Amino acid sequence: MIPIPRSWPASLTLILFLFMYFPIAVLGIYSFNTSRYSSMWEGFSLIWYQQLLSDQRIHAALGTSLGVAAIAVAISAVLGTLMAVGLAKYRFPGKGLYRGISYLPLIVPDIAIAVATLVFLSSIGRLYFGIQLSLWTIIAAHIVFCLAYIAVVVSSRLAGIDPHLEEAALDLGATPLQAFTKVLLPELLPGVLAGCLLAFVLSMDDLLISSFTAGNGASTLPMEIYSRVRTGMKPDINALSVVLILTSGILAFVAEYWCNSFGSSD
Amino acid sequence: MEQTLAAVRTDLAFDIELQTVLKTFGDEAAVQDLTLQIRPGEFFSILGPSGCGKTTTLRLIAGFETPTAGSVCIQGQDMTQVPPYQRPVNTVFQSYALFRHLNVWENVAFGLKLQKLPREEVRSRVATALEQVKLDGFAKRTPAQLSGGQQQRVALARALVNRPAVLLLDEPLGALDLKLRKEMQLELAHLHRSLGLTFVMVTHDQEEALSLSDRIAVMNQGRLEQMGTPSQIYEEPETAFVADFIGDTNLLRGRVSHSNGSTVQLVTEAGLPVWTDRRSEWNGTLPQKLVVSIRPEKIRVSQLEAAGHDAHNCYAGRLRQVMYLGPNIQFQIELATGEHLTVLQPNRARLPALDTEVQVSWSAGDGRALVA
Repeated sequence: MIPIPRSWPASLTLILFLFMYFPIAVLGIYSFNTSRYSSMWEGFSLIWYQQLLSDQRIHAALGTSLGVAAIAVAISAVLGTLMAVGLAKYRFPGKGLYRGISYLPLIVPDIAIAVATLVFLSSIGRLYFGIQLSLWTIIAAHIVFCLAYIAVVVSSRLAGIDPHLEEAALDLGATPLQAFTKVLLPELLPGVLAGCLLAFVLSMDDLLISSFTAGNGASTLPMEIYSRVRTGMKPDINALSVVLILTSGILAFVAEYWCNSFGSSD
Repeated sequence: MEQTLAAVRTDLAFDIELQTVLKTFGDEAAVQDLTLQIRPGEFFSILGPSGCGKTTTLRLIAGFETPTAGSVCIQGQDMTQVPPYQRPVNTVFQSYALFRHLNVWENVAFGLKLQKLPREEVRSRVATALEQVKLDGFAKRTPAQLSGGQQQRVALARALVNRPAVLLLDEPLGALDLKLRKEMQLELAHLHRSLGLTFVMVTHDQEEALSLSDRIAVMNQGRLEQMGTPSQIYEEPETAFVADFIGDTNLLRGRVSHSNGSTVQLVTEAGLPVWTDRRSEWNGTLPQKLVVSIRPEKIRVSQLEAAGHDAHNCYAGRLRQVMYLGPNIQFQIELATGEHLTVLQPNRARLPALDTEVQVSWSAGDGRALVA
């Protein structure tokens, strides 16, 4: 069935792909297993997908995750775009430092962000601002990294844009605000959308930061999955994972497509 | 109040007036002490090497830059502090700066829509503008689907459709290949004539400036070197820079040794005596150091034995290089004193062989004496 590769680069590629995707393939296959236990194959069934559809806790967690991602991404989209534009456009002292610090959440380990946020919220945040851990603290923590991702993607889009575009709009009678909304923003839109999709997927995927900053009762989908897996693998989680992988894959593909089709039109 | 009114009236002789403009970026003066007036309906070019301040000058007129000192008047009104979107000028950018998310029609209609003109008027004016640049039928295309020359035309139409008082062109043909550039030059000249609009073009291409402009301002290192008609700039350069930058020339530097009523003789460092016409402005005191600029086409080359001795300046030299240019032939001639001269001759006579002795000659009136 699988063509046997003759050259070593092809073999290496095949091995690597197996290494990366075989576990996922196994998971996908077992999500259709009739057996309650993952180790045995007892026949094809869609029972776990049906169970998933009627699982209220999964529904609630999914709703929480979607809500967190949507709010965090929406806020980050506005701030991240403004940040990228501001960094590209204006010169001010300490700009390099500012840029570096803004993009830091991309490389700082999640665990550091998670612990730092928790420590901050439960000490200073609680003492002086009366902040309780809740859904909103998850959103706030997610904005930290969503903002950086969106700003990076929008920045790279900006770098490929003719710097005279805004001037051309001003020249034709547009006020600075009109130049931004009628010219710069539409030109940036593919970048903003791609950045949003990326941030959305990352937010949906996040377990670490969410579980550190979540208040009582607030549970995102990854948190719910983790708590179930701890007490043993269940086939309905396999089914859920397949759904999640497919959804993320499609979103990532769409984001990539947007970036490419609009980005390299010249 | 009366005085300002009077001032406005006299200013109306000019569409653009820059008064002792200074523009600095940090410590660097991009433009300094620049005063120039551009007349209505003129095709005015600002010419100079890269970094001479010509683009900054255009941006000062467009309003993208504000002068550090001095003033910018457009059609008699002080516009020094007026933002670009309130100035009656439109710009064609070197990179065209077309809006990629809009099609050709929407690009051209952009300015008119901002003015909130009635839909019918927008439609008819966009159609006219596209016709003027020969792009009717391309309205629905996006900029990415157009060639460089077509994008250039869209940029032109997008500016012209607003009926600006002055059209600003920043190296408009710089990105086009030679053949297309020649074509667009003709079209620009035609547009200028048929619209009767004031054009201000920035270019580093002297040929383009000479062939298109009514008047040219030559800039160097942020300063205006000379302003005049193309023939004035070419035939009567005021500085050695202008003589050298516009076309090819031979510059001979030296000290004044003799002078009579109408001619001056200077001697170069190598000892070559050169006669040149005395400029009328030197009737009083004569500068001690002069540069003479002689265009390659003004120098005659002859075989030694056939030399005529009627010219003021007549020297023996050796033919060091021959470049065949088709209609013309360019010679490099080394004089006995060591100077090298470039000579351009029409392709008529038989080519002399390399390293033969030749004679070069020109009369005092062929050169242009400049203060060194």
